[in-house]
Amino acid sequence: MNNNKTDIIDQRVKEDYKYGFVTDIESETLPPGISEETIQFISEKKKEPSWLLDWRIKAYRKWLKMKEPKWQHVSYDNIDYQSISYYSSPKKKNIKSLDELDPELLKTYNKLGIPLDEQKMLNGIAVDAVFDSVSVATTFREELRNHGVIFCSFSEAAINHPEIVKKYLGTVVPYTDNYFACLNSAVFTDGSFVYIPKGVKCPMELSTYFRINEAKTGQFERTLIIAEDDSYVSYLEGCTAPMRDENQLHAAVVELVAHTNATIKYSTVQNWYPGNPETGAGGIYNFVTKRGSCLGNHSRISWTQVETGSAVTWKYPSCILKGDNSVGEFYSVALTNNRQQADTGTKMIHIGKNTKSTIISKGISAGKGQQTYRGQVKIMKSAENSRNFSQCDSILIGDQCGAHTFPFIDVRNHSATMEHEASTSKIGEDQLFYCNQRGINTEDAVSMIVNGFCKEVFNELPMEFAMEATKLMEVSLEGSVG
Amino acid sequence: MLQIKNLHVEVEDKKILNGIDLHIKAGEMHAIMGLNGSGKSTLSNTVTGRENYTVTEGDILYNNESILDWAPEDRALAGIFMSFQYPTVIPGVNTTYFLRAAVNAKRKHNNRKEYDAANFLKFIKSKLEEVEMDTAYLKRSVNEGFSGGEKKRNEILQLLCLEPELAIMDETDSGLDIDAIKIIANGINNYRNNNRGFLVITHYQRLLKYIKPDIVHVLINGQIVKSGRKELALELEEKGYGWLEK
Repeated sequence: MNNNKTDIIDQRVKEDYKYGFVTDIESETLPPGISEETIQFISEKKKEPSWLLDWRIKAYRKWLKMKEPKWQHVSYDNIDYQSISYYSSPKKKNIKSLDELDPELLKTYNKLGIPLDEQKMLNGIAVDAVFDSVSVATTFREELRNHGVIFCSFSEAAINHPEIVKKYLGTVVPYTDNYFACLNSAVFTDGSFVYIPKGVKCPMELSTYFRINEAKTGQFERTLIIAEDDSYVSYLEGCTAPMRDENQLHAAVVELVAHTNATIKYSTVQNWYPGNPETGAGGIYNFVTKRGSCLGNHSRISWTQVETGSAVTWKYPSCILKGDNSVGEFYSVALTNNRQQADTGTKMIHIGKNTKSTIISKGISAGKGQQTYRGQVKIMKSAENSRNFSQCDSILIGDQCGAHTFPFIDVRNHSATMEHEASTSKIGEDQLFYCNQRGINTEDAVSMIVNGFCKEVFNELPMEFAMEATKLMEVSLEGSVG
Repeated sequence: MLQIKNLHVEVEDKKILNGIDLHIKAGEMHAIMGLNGSGKSTLSNTVTGRENYTVTEGDILYNNESILDWAPEDRALAGIFMSFQYPTVIPGVNTTYFLRAAVNAKRKHNNRKEYDAANFLKFIKSKLEEVEMDTAYLKRSVNEGFSGGEKKRNEILQLLCLEPELAIMDETDSGLDIDAIKIIANGINNYRNNNRGFLVITHYQRLLKYIKPDIVHVLINGQIVKSGRKELALELEEKGYGWLEK
């Protein structure tokens, strides 16, 4: 008697991703193709030390011998690596005011509650004197410097702190690790570098946002974070604002190193262009290798991710728990809609004694979205009294999407405690009706139910980020489910 | 207020209601009694507009307007409330948040200013006292880990918050002990007045000891086979339903 709900869902599912935009940049761009010359060119442009160039070349030669992995539960057209341009240095943007931007994009910014000046910065528009981003960034930088914290672009770090970069680069994700990490090692253009000295609690959340005007990161991003003994840092990557990019392939590498008693919290919000809703064409391929090493005793690494964008997502932020009593955590919310595909999860490798890991994964599939949780928990022989808790929940919206779970558990020490919980549910007709009967419309009800479903993960995000993430889910669902 | 005319309803191609006529006027409380499977819950779900309850014949008028094409939320906003037999759990959604969303949806509909968090808390606290619930409930997820009695009290709390004109109480007494029934009956009785109508659906007459309906209907095989004063409930208690079956 009422088809209202299905209608709304249908209609929403069919709606376009209206929030993408094409950047209009004058840039110095290499012609497409990859070769040792390309890599030399990049290294020269960056004024890198020669050891780094050597490292890149070694990676490139290895990469030539590797094969692109096909085991993941996603499908996409073959990538022609010779048709990609590997260096593009943005000069300036032609946009002078927000009025020149797509009004739909502005609407989304407002829905997400992104401040005006941040909107300008995101689009490379100079910010006026009332709120001078540069001076704010400078103030932050000064405060960080007073604490001995180094926070800069990877390129700067390679020049100014080569001894630290050389010591840690590739120690967590070796260039031989996998096809995309290897490619990244050869051609990475920039990224972030963070160094927290011994005993320092980083006085603020570090966010790429602070340096958004200073260094644009490319499609092959490289991040390295080192936390010395007894230090603490919380790092935020990405933003809730929708991002479109002319580069389809994004293959980033993130390496974290936590020494004795150090804590690194790494939070990501990813909202890249998901591609044409019907075909998935033009969407970003996000193939990322993220790994943290809990090197010291009592160290802790915590990954939190909210993945709502990209056509194909392929990432497993992982922890190597080497130090005794070290802790690894993975909290994830991934949303796939229309033609989006995500194969994501984590790896927890327990080596030290009394190591502990927690995995909370929440997957939301709508439209024709396909989503896979893939996780590995490995307890090595040396890892006495280790514990793992895994919880993987999926929620399906509509009947054309899919959720898959591939947990892999390998226990080689019998003192280990393992717990695994998994659930898959459809967004309940009974839940929707209950909300409707209280006067709450279907659209609001879906976003309420989904946000409730994600709450455990959102609780792990830094405060402002958590609020943004809640809004992001609302906006993403608005364009996806109803 | 509510006029049901010759209502025929199918669920998944199965005929459940076979011509129901019912007229609830403002200020009246009607009770519908019947065995399991007689169509009691189908009636309440159809009036509130739940999916998959297909009206094949007849009409439902609310304040003289047919509501058959109305979405469930529009019926709710117009003042029709149902206390669920099995209230749904919504994990992770804080009870305060849920209640405020519901109350504000209604206020918005009535062109009244929506409550901010602080004002809502004041509002909700006074309502909590009426059903003897403490503020700890508000922090929990909607119905998650609630006992049977807590769930039903939560339904009455929502009734008091949303102030509907027509309240449908679907098996509100099932699974409750006598103390809980008294609290709930008390909530319902305080809510009764000359402008509000009630449709109380129940299996047993024990709830009717504490709330006094004006009219009792007996539902068998999707039809009202007998209507009478509240004494009819006692008669049913004594004789069972057998003597009414055709």
